[in-house]
Amino acid sequence: MQAQPIGARSEAGSRISSRSDTLIAAAVAALLGLFVIWGVGFSHIPALHNAAHDTRHSMAFPCH
Amino acid sequence: MPVLRRLLYAALCAGLLSGVVATVAHLIGTVPLILEAETYEHAAEPATAQPPASAAAAAPAPAHQHAAEAWAPEDGIERAAYTLAADLLTGIGFALLLAAGITLRGGDVTWREGLFWGLAGFVTFTLAPGLGLPPDIPGNTAGPLLARQVWWVAAAASTGGALALLLFTKRPVYAVLAAGLILLPHLYGAPSPPAEAAAAAPEALAHRFAIAATLVSFMFWAALGASTGYFYRRFAPNPG
Repeated sequence: MQAQPIGARSEAGSRISSRSDTLIAAAVAALLGLFVIWGVGFSHIPALHNAAHDTRHSMAFPCH
Repeated sequence: MPVLRRLLYAALCAGLLSGVVATVAHLIGTVPLILEAETYEHAAEPATAQPPASAAAAAPAPAHQHAAEAWAPEDGIERAAYTLAADLLTGIGFALLLAAGITLRGGDVTWREGLFWGLAGFVTFTLAPGLGLPPDIPGNTAGPLLARQVWWVAAAASTGGALALLLFTKRPVYAVLAAGLILLPHLYGAPSPPAEAAAAAPEALAHRFAIAATLVSFMFWAALGASTGYFYRRFAPNPG
């Protein structure tokens, strides 16, 4: 651990926490997005398939 | 978490807007072709389900792959409403992916940078999978569904990864790797339909549909990218 002024350390700390905030936010959003896309475009549940049928074909998701 | 809130708001607004654009484009451009293809599909059903003459009395298993007993929306307004709902959700889902990418990349975006993100999405999620598995009408012949879904996801993932390498790295070796990633799924090849299968709908209709669906997807992705860029900037803590 290097000695450094307290101000500098907390600045570095907040930069790290802002970076981890960004990573967590992006990961949460991406997972949520993938889940929604899976449900609309890929799920094999018949009711979901039938509800999203025309969207699946029009968006060129593999269908049937 | 202000970062996540900004991301979710931007994706929600952009997804709803581009979902509406997609629905209008679908109802005008692709759904009439789907309905036309379904008339061929339904006309072909009794023929494909016909058992051999000796077993004519036995009840034939339906060849149609929509589970007959499963719920489905009524044709007309109800079906269009579910298409709208599915388009809105698709818009929000893809907007979440775009916004996540923009957040990871960092820096400012306007609607113009967003538009380029959207074009990258079009290449990743429409053009690349569509080279091997063109947008397909009901009743057309195709390989096994799960294999096609896996190939579609693999083609999109490798193309998206390749674009990220090309745009966000500078070393030549990564550019070579990116080119390989773009080619890989196509060299492997998309699952092909069984040799003996015959399409219910005319090839000309399938061709028209592939073009219409690709154009409509282009509009969707352009709207999605530009609006994600716009709203991402709009919801910035300190808009510049």
